[in-house]
Amino acid sequence: MDPSAPADFLLSVEGLTVSFDGFKAVNDLSFYVDENEIRVIIGPNGAGKTTVLDLICGRTRPTEGSIRFKGQELTGMREHEIVHAGVGRKFQNPSIYEDLTVFENLELSFPRGRNVFGALFFRRDAEVRDRVEEVAEMIFLKDHLDTEAAILSHGQKQWLEIGMLLIQSPKLLMLDEPVAGMSIAERVKTAELLNTIIRNQSVIVIEHDMKFVEDIAHRVTVLHQGKVLSEGTMDRVKHDPKVVEVYLGH
Amino acid sequence: MTSDTQLFKPREWVALAILAAIILIVIPIGVDTFRLNLVGKYLTYAFVAIGLVLCWGLGGILSLGQGIFFGLGGYCMAMFLKLEASTPEATKIQSTPGIPDFMDWNQITELPFWWQPFHSLSFTLVAIVAVPAIFAYIIGAAMFKRRVGGVYFAIITQAVAAILTILIIGQQGYTGGVNGITDLRTLLGWDIRTDDAKTVLYFVNAVLLIACLVAAQFVRVSKFGRLLVAMRDREDRVRFSGYDVANFKIFIFCLAAAFSAIGGAMFTLQVGFMSPSFVGIVPSIEMVIFCAVGGRMSLFGAVYGALLVNFAKTTFSESFPELWLFAMGGLFIAVVMAFPNGLAGVFRDHVEPALLKLAQRLPLWRAGGVPLSSSAK
Repeated sequence: MDPSAPADFLLSVEGLTVSFDGFKAVNDLSFYVDENEIRVIIGPNGAGKTTVLDLICGRTRPTEGSIRFKGQELTGMREHEIVHAGVGRKFQNPSIYEDLTVFENLELSFPRGRNVFGALFFRRDAEVRDRVEEVAEMIFLKDHLDTEAAILSHGQKQWLEIGMLLIQSPKLLMLDEPVAGMSIAERVKTAELLNTIIRNQSVIVIEHDMKFVEDIAHRVTVLHQGKVLSEGTMDRVKHDPKVVEVYLGH
Repeated sequence: MTSDTQLFKPREWVALAILAAIILIVIPIGVDTFRLNLVGKYLTYAFVAIGLVLCWGLGGILSLGQGIFFGLGGYCMAMFLKLEASTPEATKIQSTPGIPDFMDWNQITELPFWWQPFHSLSFTLVAIVAVPAIFAYIIGAAMFKRRVGGVYFAIITQAVAAILTILIIGQQGYTGGVNGITDLRTLLGWDIRTDDAKTVLYFVNAVLLIACLVAAQFVRVSKFGRLLVAMRDREDRVRFSGYDVANFKIFIFCLAAAFSAIGGAMFTLQVGFMSPSFVGIVPSIEMVIFCAVGGRMSLFGAVYGALLVNFAKTTFSESFPELWLFAMGGLFIAVVMAFPNGLAGVFRDHVEPALLKLAQRLPLWRAGGVPLSSSAK
């Protein structure tokens, strides 16, 4: 670890730029996430929210800039190495293994036996089973362990994918629209879930549902055209005239 | 839930026992040596089909080039047998005695250096598995590390199969060209052309097949097997769960190649020659059809598929040689349109429930017979 790096931030994104054929989806973006913070990124369509998550988790390579996580540079690392470093990513549409059961979905995400031979000789021991059950309870799916994931409701699929991240015990969780398609009751439960797990994890959430954002956000970053438009508490951001104009106003 | 990690579930033990009984007892008793040898030949394709179940059925990696590996395994075996058949005494009428006849016909006067190690049986046995596996590793690493997949991968494997065929045919002096490597006689002095030898080889083949089946089952029920299914459905999710997806694909592709190669080597031993007609595009596609007809998700289905389609091919082409290709095309269309899970799917959805119903009427079974459930795919 580089001793000169600011150690107080879990994640420091600095000068991040990515250009797709000249179009800068993210343009000289900088922001910092603290330990145990829930950060919500909001912004109009095309603001570059999902692209920022893609850049952090290695799915897209930045053109310029740096992403430091626990003092470690993530740009240039491969996707699975970034996961091993402690970054988990949930996709916008629930991305789970439909043909496998809830138990198997969680088990595959358990951070052991991640190479070829490790997977061949992986044993489903008590440690795995306990951890799977523990996570299943957190995500309200304890009674569905043997259910094939394909037949879960949309909201349950979203929870399952969150559970698949939790079981990896990442230091940073990135959730892309975790409550999209959920009922009001499910949204409330999800907010509770996020507030529970926050005790030793940081979370970056992209969300459009302002009620949900108010329930969970410690701080909000508003993106517009690939740049930070405003940042701060929900209250401050909500009354920022620039934000009202481009996003919240309509 | 915990029983998922057992190698075979009770009903699969039954399936394994039935399969073993059929190929080790029923068929050897029921048919003459000529037919037994034919069945042995069919079973060599079952090795390929088993590999395809892992690779394609579970992992979603469709290879249209398994003939490459079947052929490489077969050629390695054939090279050893050919060298043994080409002693200076046996080939003394040639202008260069002691080299394979086709080399002599092509004015080659010295055994090429890469043929030399095939004087050794132990080297050959290693090469049969290692050469195709290494070749599969090279193709796999080149494709999967670059995230080439799906139909592009299928096309590339097919192109490689075509290239290899052209190469073998073109390098006649080194490979025997379009005729292949023929006139194989003995294995360490043991004549492989006699009826007795054919019977012995049939059993060796059958036992190897069951061993490969068990090995494939081990992979299928391990976490690796579930990861294959997961990669087929959600490759990105697997990658972002901390797995290096390419390595898993390369491994399973190499394993399928190794299985195919064992089949190829046994083919050479039982049929007595190896030629490019078992390497190229057409045989490779046929191998996929064996697997599809049997059921691409079922290891047992793959074996039955290879057996039945080949049996049909022989019977059909004995009576209506021109019609076979149409029949096979029709069969493939029928499988894709009506039975996407092949014979195994038909069995699981229709035959097994009927059997269960029947079994429940018999008091003997109700008292705790074999727990038949349809949990295995």
